Amino acid sequence: MKYIDEFQDPELARRLLDDIHATVTRPWAVMEVCGGQTHSIIRHGIDQLLPDGIELIHGPGCPVCVTPLEVIDKALEIASRPEVIFCSYGDMLRVPGTGRDLFQVRSEGGDVRVVYSPLDALRIAQQNPQREVVFFGIGFETTAPPNAMTVHQARKLGIRNFSLLVSHVRVPPAIEAIMQSESCRVQAFLAAGHVCSVMGTGEYPALAERFRVPIVVTGFEPLDVLEGVRRTVRQLERGEHTVDNAYARVVPPEGNPAAKAMLADIFEVTDRAWRGIGVIPDSGWKLSARYREFDAEHRFSVTGIDTREPDECRSGEVLQGLLKPHECEAFGTVCTPRTPLGATMVSSEGACAAYYLYRRLGTGSRSTSTAGSVNSASAKAPLEGSPVV
Amino acid sequence: MCLAVPGKVLDIEERNGTRMATVDFGGVAKEVCCEYLPDLQVGEYAIVHVGFALQRLDEDSARQTLALFEELGLLEEEFGDPWELAAREATK
Repeated sequence: MKYIDEFQDPELARRLLDDIHATVTRPWAVMEVCGGQTHSIIRHGIDQLLPDGIELIHGPGCPVCVTPLEVIDKALEIASRPEVIFCSYGDMLRVPGTGRDLFQVRSEGGDVRVVYSPLDALRIAQQNPQREVVFFGIGFETTAPPNAMTVHQARKLGIRNFSLLVSHVRVPPAIEAIMQSESCRVQAFLAAGHVCSVMGTGEYPALAERFRVPIVVTGFEPLDVLEGVRRTVRQLERGEHTVDNAYARVVPPEGNPAAKAMLADIFEVTDRAWRGIGVIPDSGWKLSARYREFDAEHRFSVTGIDTREPDECRSGEVLQGLLKPHECEAFGTVCTPRTPLGATMVSSEGACAAYYLYRRLGTGSRSTSTAGSVNSASAKAPLEGSPVV
Repeated sequence: MCLAVPGKVLDIEERNGTRMATVDFGGVAKEVCCEYLPDLQVGEYAIVHVGFALQRLDEDSARQTLALFEELGLLEEEFGDPWELAAREATK
């Protein structure tokens, strides 16, 4: 398995790492919010290249993982109905509901279709006027504007057999909830770059000020993550707590005004349950009352949902950064991508899946490693392209 | 689903009253809605989430990101056959 040779500019990576190593004087705990960043960190072994004292805590930013079980079970029930064509992103197919998943519903005869974009689902609705087409609208601030536009289009084109099963989530209230948790160890955040490319950075200064935490808007590629960590560590060492944008090539401070305007028109903020975490106030979007006719939960009355999570699954603790995936007893034994107990083992953004894919043969995470410190000099060896694992 | 992929705008036209572009992602062409970037032009690069252009990107950054994604197999994950990917995942 290769890590650091995938850095596009190993020399720049080395300079960033040297700067981080030179800056750090004491331990710090930094949370990367986004599951895409978690995968980048684990895949490229970034956590193992950082100074020993820098712990990266994996956050809850995996949309597939935090979609509540009750909503998954509703999706499975709706998808089983003969009149329904149920459209979803491929990521959701193998997310376990109570006892089954969309893959199984399809094998039992349900018309489950995978689409690349919600507009594809709208097209399917146009082509199948006698069927009810439901799109599973999940995700953070990046997937909400596409769904908002699709509902806008459905109304504009008069498409009545289309609806959205909505379970959108928002990052800033999650940061607030994490900081308010009694077990919180997080001292700084790498904010999710693509969420900010839509929403801008305006929601974060109040959080940085209130909780006295640096928040650095960070991208997803290995060098982006290193630069985000470098800027975070610099603030921590100086005792600062501001919002900094380390991903300016994609994130203008105002985000995308057209997308924000559409979100404000189609959706309204609501409390939302996060799988494994619980209800976080104001942390979601639902369709506003004016667009209720496109709400699948309104259109299909689903009752008798009795959700059950497997007792041995600790994905809730993983999602809150309280447990590293490999510290769970089920990890890699009863719980694998083939037989996932929780959504974190399924998703391409889930922390358990990342550890399973890139770490199960390897050295384990830094937090439990007893190996000596990875100092600046020893960090250089993998930069030559030798495998870490 | 959450992956933002940079691509180059090949053409733009109105379809069903919506501004749609054909965008090239390292050899894979997709239809992309550009209503959220109303002044996006042919030849420019944008980052695309689930068929929607959400921000502009300069050409150098876009090319570097695409090269990395291709090397890591992320383009196949995003644009490949999802049933095949899910089935492969199930037999890992």
